[in-house]
Amino acid sequence: MSHHLVEVTGLEYTYPDGTRALQGVSFRIEHGGAVGIVGANGAGKSTLLMQFNGCLLPTAGTVRVGDVPVTRQTLPEVRRSVGMIFQDPNDQLFMPTVQEDVAFGPLNQHLPPGDVEQRVEQALAAVNARHLRARPPWQLSGGEKRLAAIASVLAMAPDVLVMDEPSAGLDPQARRRLIELLRGFAHTKIIAAHDLDMIFDLCPRTILLHEGRIAADGLTAAVLTDRDLLVRSGLELPLRLQACPVCVSR
Amino acid sequence: MAVTAAYLVTVVSFPKHDIAGLTPLLLYPVLLIAAGRIPLKVIARYLLLAAPFALMVGVFNPLLDRAVALRLGSVAISGGWLSFISIIIRFVLTASAALILLAGTGFGPLCYALGRLGMPRLLVTQFLLLYRFIFIIAEEGVRMTRAWMLRSRRAGNMPLRVWGSLAGHLLLRAYDRGERVHAAMRARGFDGTLRPLLPPRWRWFDAAFVFISVGYFVFARLAHPAEVLGRLTLAVLQ
Repeated sequence: MSHHLVEVTGLEYTYPDGTRALQGVSFRIEHGGAVGIVGANGAGKSTLLMQFNGCLLPTAGTVRVGDVPVTRQTLPEVRRSVGMIFQDPNDQLFMPTVQEDVAFGPLNQHLPPGDVEQRVEQALAAVNARHLRARPPWQLSGGEKRLAAIASVLAMAPDVLVMDEPSAGLDPQARRRLIELLRGFAHTKIIAAHDLDMIFDLCPRTILLHEGRIAADGLTAAVLTDRDLLVRSGLELPLRLQACPVCVSR
Repeated sequence: MAVTAAYLVTVVSFPKHDIAGLTPLLLYPVLLIAAGRIPLKVIARYLLLAAPFALMVGVFNPLLDRAVALRLGSVAISGGWLSFISIIIRFVLTASAALILLAGTGFGPLCYALGRLGMPRLLVTQFLLLYRFIFIIAEEGVRMTRAWMLRSRRAGNMPLRVWGSLAGHLLLRAYDRGERVHAAMRARGFDGTLRPLLPPRWRWFDAAFVFISVGYFVFARLAHPAEVLGRLTLAVLQ
């Protein structure tokens, strides 16, 4: 049984205040795929991401991770295979030191101490952050916090990585390093972002959400170059596809 | 923690006028500050912060108890003054012992220890998370205050009405963050128990520390070493 596969069928989600955040969303992501989820503010990106590990449960429709439908009963199993990286790393780093944060997941999986130590070491090494091990999270820079947050999820050895705005708040070089790092991961990746250039770099496939519905689902090279479609959905072309301001003024 | 508790009990068990008896107990905080390389400034700053409470407790003693209890040469010292000084010394000893425990052990291990001693795990988790997020919430508060200041035409203190609304917003934001943190914790398998990465182990050094410290406290309480030392010095001088 592979947990790498993610399948969403007829997904609907309505918030308790009556806001219909997702309507009739269906797609399937194969093993090892990398998919970008893009859309304007309020299009339903974050709500969709929260469905993958059961932080929110569908009002109608189903979400399956591998062969397991995401329900209240299957949450522990689903959360073992889906690693969620939140938008604000401050929300994800809640322990006194980075190593305790990275160990948090494995300890909750009741792994023996030796295995926990090994997981912590491997996860920090994977994001080149072994030097941050004993540091308290509130002393880290934005980029370092992001690395620590990713390590804390990698330590759980997930099959699927779900990321909400991973490049938000990073300086250009830290952003570039993050892109290279994520490119190296063999996991199935689902990345929601406004950073369309990063989606271009990392995801061969893009799902465009507009007002809670799928407006387009296809090759990134096709979706993110369709100016009219993007404008209709409250977006614009990725920066690198827009005219160079220096050349235009000449 | 147990040693600190024993120390506190020893300090408060002395009679209210016994100042000389308390002096040998000064050795414990002094040694720990030296051994733990704890900056004296930090301890002193927090002692000063708490000092008004101790002063309030003892400040009326010299007025209420004016009977002469001790004569130093021609200077008569009343029982009130003696008990006032004793209260201040006890405050310095007990508060510094608690501060040293916190500074030397660290907040995290202390919370885990409290959990082991039977404190409800919900409270332990709350303490740990409070310690982690209080800075972030305070920063948010500072940002909100700054935003108010920049748009407010009046100088000086914030009106009560604005303050109320700001505090309410801060509470809502803290609540939102709490929800997000909880979601992040649940996503990584949190089941209500925070597990320490390196559970503290009992070493022979810890046993020796407890044995020697408590032994010294009992000795200081029962044998009055300051008095004995004083008599010895007098005997030698004579």
